Amino acid sequence: MSIITILALAGIALLTRLIFRKTGRGWAVLVVSVFAIYYLQPELSIRNLDFWLPTATLVLIVMSWVLTAAPEERTWKKALPALAVMVGLVLVIALTRLVSLIGLITPSRPPQIWQVGIALGAGAFFVALLFLLKKPSPGWLLGGVAVIIALLVILKLPELNSLFAGWINQISGGAVIPGKVLDIRWLGFSYIAFRLIHTLRDRQAGRLPAVTLQEYVNYVIFFPAVSAGPIDRLERFTADLRAQAPLNSEDLGEGLKRLVLGLFKKFALADSLAIFALNAVNASQVRTAGWTWVLLYAFTFQIYFDFSGYTDIAIGMGRWLGFRLPENFEHPYLKPSLTLFWNSWHITLTQWFRAYFFNPFTRWLRSFKRPLNTWLIIFLAQSATMLLIGAWHGITWNFILWGAWHALGLFIHNRWSEGLKPHADWFDQRPRLKSTLKIVGVLATFNYVALGWVWFALPTMQSSLGVFAKLLGVK
Amino acid sequence: MTGKFIRNVILKALVLFILLNVVLVAFSPFSELGHLSLYKLVFPGRLRFPFGENPTQSYNLTDNDLEVLFASHQVVQPKAADEYRVFVMGDSSVWGTLLRPEQTLTGQLNSLGLKEASGRRMVFYNLGYPTISLWKDILLMDRAMQYQPDQIIWLVTLESFPGMNPSPSPFLAANSEQLNRILTKYALPGMPVDNTTWTQKILFGQRRSIADWYRLQLYGVMWAATGIDQTYPMDYTPAQRDLEADSKFNSLAETDLAPLLDLSPLEVGKKVAGDVPLRIINEPMLVSTGTNSDIRYNFFYPRWAYDQYRQVMLAQAGVQGWHYLDLWDLVPQEQFTNSAIHLTPAGEALLVQRIAAELQK
Repeated sequence: MSIITILALAGIALLTRLIFRKTGRGWAVLVVSVFAIYYLQPELSIRNLDFWLPTATLVLIVMSWVLTAAPEERTWKKALPALAVMVGLVLVIALTRLVSLIGLITPSRPPQIWQVGIALGAGAFFVALLFLLKKPSPGWLLGGVAVIIALLVILKLPELNSLFAGWINQISGGAVIPGKVLDIRWLGFSYIAFRLIHTLRDRQAGRLPAVTLQEYVNYVIFFPAVSAGPIDRLERFTADLRAQAPLNSEDLGEGLKRLVLGLFKKFALADSLAIFALNAVNASQVRTAGWTWVLLYAFTFQIYFDFSGYTDIAIGMGRWLGFRLPENFEHPYLKPSLTLFWNSWHITLTQWFRAYFFNPFTRWLRSFKRPLNTWLIIFLAQSATMLLIGAWHGITWNFILWGAWHALGLFIHNRWSEGLKPHADWFDQRPRLKSTLKIVGVLATFNYVALGWVWFALPTMQSSLGVFAKLLGVK
Repeated sequence: MTGKFIRNVILKALVLFILLNVVLVAFSPFSELGHLSLYKLVFPGRLRFPFGENPTQSYNLTDNDLEVLFASHQVVQPKAADEYRVFVMGDSSVWGTLLRPEQTLTGQLNSLGLKEASGRRMVFYNLGYPTISLWKDILLMDRAMQYQPDQIIWLVTLESFPGMNPSPSPFLAANSEQLNRILTKYALPGMPVDNTTWTQKILFGQRRSIADWYRLQLYGVMWAATGIDQTYPMDYTPAQRDLEADSKFNSLAETDLAPLLDLSPLEVGKKVAGDVPLRIINEPMLVSTGTNSDIRYNFFYPRWAYDQYRQVMLAQAGVQGWHYLDLWDLVPQEQFTNSAIHLTPAGEALLVQRIAAELQK
């Protein structure tokens, strides 16, 4: 996102709050969010796909809502206003093809109106079919989760992504824009998928609050957080959405502070560090161990400032709109252990994995008739979770190895902590030693995390091993 | 946080911003920014001036500020007691397009470990800059004199003379005030100067130069870490060997070139160098044997123009007493890369041998 786009969205957020002081804020946010998913969608090589993907997002969200909505909300009559607004907006965006040969809102010119009509008709048909289910069974909810995970796998696995891109390209008449890579980049789908899975799983567990379609769509594609999180929870988000929230000086000031901080982190710090941060090209060019460490530390801070900068921007914009989005980073590089690092790095993602994978998986491991050792349960659960977190970034060896690196670190830390537990009193009586160990812990954790970024930053295992060799001064 | 507090913050920020811009317009402090540099402080100085169109790959970028160029160059380092400093001036052929720093003219000269008669080490500095213009060389030479050269080698070609190259030079335009100061000093007519307006002096107007200066400092890390300062494409379009049947030199039909050839930059160069010995070299160029090579030597020069130029230079060298060396056909055509003046490492080696031999005389 460019700085101009961010400032424009921030301005829209503030205006929305000022104009819709008492009512209508939810509808205004819906309109802006729908426009935003089309506007922010990256341009793709397959013609019109940058229109179809945001449209598919909307259809998927509506279907997911039909599956998860509480019976009192799940009626055509109640859903109609939100559906009408969304269909109207999609048609308005599609109609921009009549006034411009290039995309006005979408990155490229939208498809023909009749094609959009057919697609919306097909979407309505599937939604109607789901409406026919009086009460979606757990099987349907699990099916929904499976579809979303399948889509995630297709997007995250490069081979499948290319295969599907080729297939879509074929059925769309093979009109690839020359010079562009054939791939599918779906704006914010990683986050959208996790929000949808959260609602499907919570409905299954019977703890999802009753929300209207408008509230549900707003939750999933809330424009400040659609592209880079944080991953909020539906019940928390809806509480903010329903609250009467005229603009107050605290929200204005705090929002401004976070926005300015985020812009500074992203555009001043992260973008400056990006000039010399470790990457696939400079990894092979750097000549000495010392400079390799400089490049690695530059990447370590670049990824932090980039990501936490976007989070600050999202939180700042959210605050201007009257939403208190959850924090995603709490000084992660100052934590004395890897466990505490993961409690303060991409917090909402780890919380999501804890709630929807780690805890159920651990419960399942504990349910075996022949009980497993505690350390083995911890090892298996942490490893599986970290490998999945790695795969969430992309199903490629570098991300999987990054996940494995952290799984190993977490397990070692866990065993270390367990080993020290009996001596806790002894350490408590020696505060100076404890403080020293804490400092050593911070340095060790930071460097372990930094070394882990080698796997993350480089595309192949061979190049990562090459960088490790350089870091150690081995030619 | 109260509304009054936020209002005060915004008002104070606005007042400070306006004040900052007033200071910028009144004192132009950014003209001094070029002196500040992390090179030689944190990173080693660059072996050639910053220049590059593709910073993310070359870890280098074009900056037309004379001070920025020098502040990042190794030439600013103090001169050692046993050092005999030789500055090599010229265009992209001296700068070393497509050549790694160690393959350039100065890189190869330095690798010879030459010594001057009194035993001092000859250290060659690459002060070439990829703009074909003798006035550009004068600007750089004038600025470089404070770094105590013991000798200057100046490579020239016909297109580098005033009026012989139709392409505008952004470098000269950006430094027209300094050039006029030099021209006035030597009683020569000045050049048109781009007067700076107040809008160009405020923060918004200065944003490009500040950003370029800042990025050049950051690229210092990559320069220090990799030693890379330009892109080295695996393949490039080779210089033309088969030529058009066109006898025009730029838009000039065959004529007497001597009255059109303005040699004043060479005279000014001699004056700028003062007591420092100045060698002028007519740089090697591609002498084609391809189609229409009976009409043209290469893409740049028809035979009639270049032959006349050589005659004028030889005659003037005798009259003016220049240390002049005409190496126009020293390098065979297969040792040129993407231009009729850009040499391969082997081509540079030929030139280096010849210059080294001359220096040892």
